[in-house]
Amino acid sequence: MSERGPSRPRPQLVRAEGEGLGVDRELLVRMHELMVKARVLEERLIQMYKAGHGYFWIGGPGEEAFNVPLGLLMKRGQGPAYDYLHGHYRQSATLLALGEEPVGALRQMKNTATDPYSAGRNFAGHFTKRAWNIAPITSPIEVQYVIAPGTAMAQKRFGGDGITIVTGGDAGTAEGDFASCLVWSSRPGHELPILIIVTNNRWGISTAASTQQGAKSLADRGKAFGMRTASVDGNDVVGSYLALKEAFTYVRTERKPLLLEAMVSRLYGHSSASGANPVAGEVDCIATFEEQLEKGGILTRAAMTQVRERWTKEIGEAARRVREEPMPAPESIWNNIYKERS
Amino acid sequence: MANMAQAVRMALHYAEENLGVTDVFGEDVGPPLGGVFTATQGLKTAWNSPLDERGIIGVAMGLAMAGQRPVAEIQFCDYIYNTIDLLKIAGNTCWCTNGDWNLPMVVKTPVGSGIRGSIYHSHSFDATATHIPGWKIVMPSTPLDAYGLMLSACQDDNPVLFLEPKALLRIKGDKPIPGEPADERALSKMIDAPLGDRSAWKPDWPPLEPYFVPLGKARVVREGTTLSVVSYGRMLPLCVRAAAALAETGIRAEVIDLRSLWPYDWEAIRNSVEKTGKVLFVNEDTEVTNFGEHLLRRTVEELFYRLLAPPRLLAGKFVPGIGLADPLEAASVPQLSDVTEAIRSLAAEQA
Repeated sequence: MSERGPSRPRPQLVRAEGEGLGVDRELLVRMHELMVKARVLEERLIQMYKAGHGYFWIGGPGEEAFNVPLGLLMKRGQGPAYDYLHGHYRQSATLLALGEEPVGALRQMKNTATDPYSAGRNFAGHFTKRAWNIAPITSPIEVQYVIAPGTAMAQKRFGGDGITIVTGGDAGTAEGDFASCLVWSSRPGHELPILIIVTNNRWGISTAASTQQGAKSLADRGKAFGMRTASVDGNDVVGSYLALKEAFTYVRTERKPLLLEAMVSRLYGHSSASGANPVAGEVDCIATFEEQLEKGGILTRAAMTQVRERWTKEIGEAARRVREEPMPAPESIWNNIYKERS
Repeated sequence: MANMAQAVRMALHYAEENLGVTDVFGEDVGPPLGGVFTATQGLKTAWNSPLDERGIIGVAMGLAMAGQRPVAEIQFCDYIYNTIDLLKIAGNTCWCTNGDWNLPMVVKTPVGSGIRGSIYHSHSFDATATHIPGWKIVMPSTPLDAYGLMLSACQDDNPVLFLEPKALLRIKGDKPIPGEPADERALSKMIDAPLGDRSAWKPDWPPLEPYFVPLGKARVVREGTTLSVVSYGRMLPLCVRAAAALAETGIRAEVIDLRSLWPYDWEAIRNSVEKTGKVLFVNEDTEVTNFGEHLLRRTVEELFYRLLAPPRLLAGKFVPGIGLADPLEAASVPQLSDVTEAIRSLAAEQA
């Protein structure tokens, strides 16, 4: 983690050899389970797509090591006293870490009337949950960056320690909305409590970032705005947890923005539009973590296999149940265009 | 009597005091300027934003998500076009989330020609706006309606687009805003920011009273039996003047001010057309895929057998801009003479 800011002690975020894994065992086990659960969910969604139980898949396999700690560190609840998340469509692990049931994602994939996020209207991975301040995830890759300062502004006004978190991919930072986010978050005297995150998988669909953006580090873009910045290996779950914890603490207490870039993998390509097949040469954060857990004596291989099998079974059963659920009724297109006062 | 800019200002003051409006913001909206048309002078929640329309709309959406009630301004609708996908998202958020989220926000923006605004200060937005479902869209033609529509907009739990016909912002009304002093010079002294240094200035608001114009309700401005003229915004007073002049020739035009474009008052249009059998729709946006075309199509489909003549649309020419020179502007958007001629011609048409 590199950072810029006033003379604060440099946090020790990269653990030294022999210091153990850097966080307590219980948290490691919990993060492992959530990462596996999220991966199993995404793989099931891909399978549903390939079996014709959904029209399109997009999601976040490869971002679990970053997205799980993100969800665990959020202050969950409704209204400005709690954290807002303006996420993007690779965020399933964050939702699960917050405590969301995986069946909702399956329902959205199958576009059933029971889909809790959109009642069969939207693609997979397009979560929303007002009760937990989860802003609606939309397909445009950048718009969340320009909406997020609004919730952060309300939180600055409200007081308390709730913050706004916005995430997006590296390709989306080419859009003007990313620049808008930096401008609006750092207006002199009106700095916002916002954690601006870029998960950098080095790709925009099929186009390599290295062919499109000259910036060596996307985090550096925050420096021009006097913003604290950080970057982290998003495939390292402990490193991500510690970097995020530090970032959350800064934004929560200082009520100022921080731009955090996380280098992540994209294990199944952009979406089903590019096949949704495993991609060679990408680091698998779960495989890496499991090696560490085994080597560190935290979990046995058998125990980890058991976790995966349990979630495979449970989510598989849920997917079969979802298959029997009804499609939305045609006349439902007229529902909820507006909210009317009751 | 107050002009429309003062009426909007008083409505926003009423709304920040009584309807929970938390933010009135945009480029040059806060002090010292208080809006390029003075419509936001002296408001306690007014503030200046970066010159970034996408930021303005996006932040309004975020504020609305977090329980605030923002009124955002795009300084001229000519500059709203780079926010179209955000307007689309604001309009689809309630539907896409099946009612999980709603966005109580108002976007106000001056529209139309009539101030020698040339290519980037003369555009209309009603045709484009009515292609974006999920919004409510209003456009007043009088200060009192501006006041009443703004109060309804601020009270609504959904995104509302408030289109201000910029050429009418300085025009005084013929009905008082409830609570404004009888003497308009007294009103000006109370609520208009002084020229020069304004740093110590504070408005002295009159005791304003609530007046809500329901969204979706038209107003019959002038009753008649010969034909119906349906308009809104800047074209409305031209229609009224044309109708008044033609009354001397025996043509009794019924003039309807639509006021709300979405939802719109179909019942008012239907009742009038069933009575007259002839209808002219008038607006100044470009005529191809114009909102008036929708009204015309519906008239044909639903009222065809009540019609005595083909319904007509008088709208702006489908050219890329409104040119600066007087003859160019006059040739691009309907003028009083065009409206008069269109009414006369339709009145004379025999089935």
